Amino acid sequence: MRRTVLKTLTLTAFAASMSLAFAQQAAKPAPAAKPAAAAAPAAKGPLMGETVRIAHIDPFSGPFANVGTNQLKSWQFVAERFAGAKNPAGVTFQVLPFDNKGSPQESLNALKAATDQGIRYVTQGNGSGAAAAIIDAVNKHNERNPGKEVVYINYAAVDPALTNERCSFWHFRLDADTSMKMEALTSYMKDEKGVKNVYLINQNYSHGQQVANFFKAGMTRKRPDVKIVGEDLHPLGQVKDFAPYVAKIKAAGADAIVTGNWGTDMTLLVKALNDAGMKIPLYAYYAGVTGTPTALGQGKDMNVSQVAISHSNFTGELREIRDEFKKKHNDDYYTFQTLLGINMLAQGMANAKSSDPLKVAMAMEGMTFKGLGAEAKMRKEDHQLQQHMYISKWTKANAKNPYSEENTGFNFNPIKTLEPYVSSTPTSCQMKRPS
Amino acid sequence: MIPARAGIIFTQASFMEFFTISLLNGLSYGLLLFMLSSGLTLIFSMMGVLNFAHASLYMLGAYFAYTISDAIGYFPALLIAPILVGALGVAFERFCLRKVHAFGHVPELLITFGLSYVILELTQLVWGRSSVDYRVPQLLEGALFTIFDTQFPKYKAFMMFIALAMLMSLYLLVKKTRIGLVIQAALTHPEAVETLGHNVPRIFMLVFGGGAALAGLAGVIGGNAFVTEPGMAAAVGPVIFVVVVVGGMGSLAGAFLASILIGVMQTFAVAIDTSFMSSLAQIGVVITPETFGYPLWKLKISQCAPILPFLLLVLILIFRPKGLLGSREG
Repeated sequence: MRRTVLKTLTLTAFAASMSLAFAQQAAKPAPAAKPAAAAAPAAKGPLMGETVRIAHIDPFSGPFANVGTNQLKSWQFVAERFAGAKNPAGVTFQVLPFDNKGSPQESLNALKAATDQGIRYVTQGNGSGAAAAIIDAVNKHNERNPGKEVVYINYAAVDPALTNERCSFWHFRLDADTSMKMEALTSYMKDEKGVKNVYLINQNYSHGQQVANFFKAGMTRKRPDVKIVGEDLHPLGQVKDFAPYVAKIKAAGADAIVTGNWGTDMTLLVKALNDAGMKIPLYAYYAGVTGTPTALGQGKDMNVSQVAISHSNFTGELREIRDEFKKKHNDDYYTFQTLLGINMLAQGMANAKSSDPLKVAMAMEGMTFKGLGAEAKMRKEDHQLQQHMYISKWTKANAKNPYSEENTGFNFNPIKTLEPYVSSTPTSCQMKRPS
Repeated sequence: MIPARAGIIFTQASFMEFFTISLLNGLSYGLLLFMLSSGLTLIFSMMGVLNFAHASLYMLGAYFAYTISDAIGYFPALLIAPILVGALGVAFERFCLRKVHAFGHVPELLITFGLSYVILELTQLVWGRSSVDYRVPQLLEGALFTIFDTQFPKYKAFMMFIALAMLMSLYLLVKKTRIGLVIQAALTHPEAVETLGHNVPRIFMLVFGGGAALAGLAGVIGGNAFVTEPGMAAAVGPVIFVVVVVGGMGSLAGAFLASILIGVMQTFAVAIDTSFMSSLAQIGVVITPETFGYPLWKLKISQCAPILPFLLLVLILIFRPKGLLGSREG
C-alpha cells in the first residue's frame, strides 16, 4: 500500500518536472527568434532576458490583509503585463510577498528575509510607521553591505517626513504625500460653499495625525471661516464599530467629514455612517480601497469625494489594465502606483543599462518617465514623484464611464484635475548621496 | 491654526439624541459581550476551567455562519452554526479536556490555550488570512426606527433581541428546570451529586458544549455586525476575560452586569474629549508642549476608550477581588 503511494508520488513528480522542462523549452525559442526578426537590439532593451525580483512587504494577514493582497495582485499583474520586451529595459519583474502583519517590527524581519534571499528591490505601501522603519533599515544595510545595496520603492506611505527630515537616497515615493494631497483637497474644498463645520476622524498614528494637521493648516490659509467642530484619533485597525464615533459627529453638528482612514477602518466608518443614515459629505483619501466601495454601494446616494493620483475613469491603456485585471481577478485595480513603479524601475534600468540598485537609483533621480496619462518626474532633491492629482466623486456609472467599482454600479468620476505644480510642496530634505 | 473645540458643545436636543443613540449602541455592544462571556463564566463556574479558546469558538461560529449562510441562508445558519460549535466543544471536552482533568488546572488551562492556536491556524488555512464577506441578511438591513434624526439599524436591535432571549432561556434553564438544578448542585457539590446517581462528567461535557454553542451564537451575530477575520478572536478575547473577572468569576448575573457596564462605558468614553490638560487648564494650570510628559497630559479620554475595560479590571482586582457579584474570594 505504502509502496504504491510512493510510486505514484514519484511518478507525479517526474511528470511534473518533465512538463516543466518542456514548458521551458517551449518558451525559449520565442525570444531567440525575435532579435533576428527585429535586428535592432537597442529597441529590445539592454537587459533582455534578465529577471529582477522585487520583495513586496505589506500586511498579508490581519485586519488590513485584504488591502495588501489586492496590491500584491496589482504588482504581479503589471509586472507580468510589462514583462521582457514590453518594457524599455527588457527585464522581467517578479514580485514576491513578504508578510509584515502591518507592524514596523515585523517589516524589519520581512526585509531581512528578503535581503537574505538576495533580493535587492523592496516595495511597501501600507503604513508610514512601517515605511519609516524600512528606510532606517535600508540605510543601515546599504552602509554595511557595499555592493549589495537595496532600493526601496514606497508606493503608498504618505507621511511627509519620509521625503523631508527622514529622506533617504535609497527611498523613492510614488504616491503624493499628505502635504500634497491636502494642498489638492483644500484647494478644492475652499470652493465648496456648504462646508462650514468640519469633523476630522483619523487613525491614531503618524499618517492620521498628519491628515488632521495639514488639513487644519491648509484650511486656515484658504478658508479661515471653516470651523473644526470635532477631531478624533482612533486606534489603528482596532475599532470594530464606529457607531459611537458617528453619534459624536452628529452631536457635534458637523456638515462635512474629512478622513485619511484606509482599509477596514474606512469600510467600517462608512458602514456606521450608513447605519445611522448620515449623508453629510465625506472627503477621503482612500474611498476606493478594497472593501470600501462595497460599503459605499450599500448607502446608495452617499456624497463622497476622494483626492488621489488616480480615479476610476482613465481611458486608453490605463482603462485596459483595469478591465483586464477585473476579468482576471474579479477585483479592482486601484493602486496605479504599482504601474508607476514598474515604469520607473524599467526606465531607470534602461537608462542605467544595468539592474544594479546603486546605478538604477542614480538614474532614477530627476528622471522623467511614463506616468498616468502624462509624464511624471521623480524630483531629485527628495525622491518625491511630481504628478497630476485628481478630485473624484462617487458617481453612478454611465455609458461613457461604465467602470463599476467592486460591482456596485458606481465609480469615482474625476471632477477636478490638478496640475503637478498645484500640489507640489517644498522639501527640507538634505540628502546624503553615496560618493 | 483653527483651534479644535475641547469636546462637543451640546444643545439640549442634540444631547438627548446623542445620549439615546449612545445608550442603545452601548447596550447592544454590552449584550454581545454578555453572549460571549456567559458561556465562559458558565464553564468556569462548573469546571473551574478558564477556557482560553472561548474567543476562538466565537470566531468559528462566525466563519461557520458565513459558509452556511452562503449555502442555505442566514436563518438556518443562526441555528446550525452554534450547534456545530457546541458539538465541537463537546468533542473537545470528551477527548481532550477530560484526559488532562486529573492533572489539575494548569494542564487544563494549557490545553485550551493550545486549542486557541490550533483553531486560529486552521481557520486561516480554510478561509484565508483576509476577512471574509459575511453580510447581514437582506431582511435585517436598513433602519428599524429613527430617533430625532439618527437611524437605529434593524440588525443591532436583532442582536439585542437574540441576546435577551438567550439570557431569559439560560436563566429559566438554570433556575427552573431539573437539569438546571443538577447543574447548580454539581457546581458546588460534585461528589454528592455523583453519589445521587448523576453522571457528573457528562454534565460537565454538556456544560462545556453549551458554553461553546453560546460563543458560536455570539459569533453568528457578531461576525456580520462587525468583521469576520482571523483577528476577531484576539480582539474580543481579553475583553471577555475582563467581563468575567469584573462580574465575579462564575456569576452569570455578574457577567451580565459587567458586560452592560463595559459596553456602555466604552461607548460613552469615545465621546468625552476631556484630558488632564483641559481639566488642569480649568483650575489655572497651563500645560505646554514643553511640560514634562506632555503626550500623557494631552491624552483625551476618548483616545483611552479601548483601555478602559482593562483599567476597570485592575481596579476591581485591587478593591473587590471577588468581582461585582462573585461569591468566592480570589
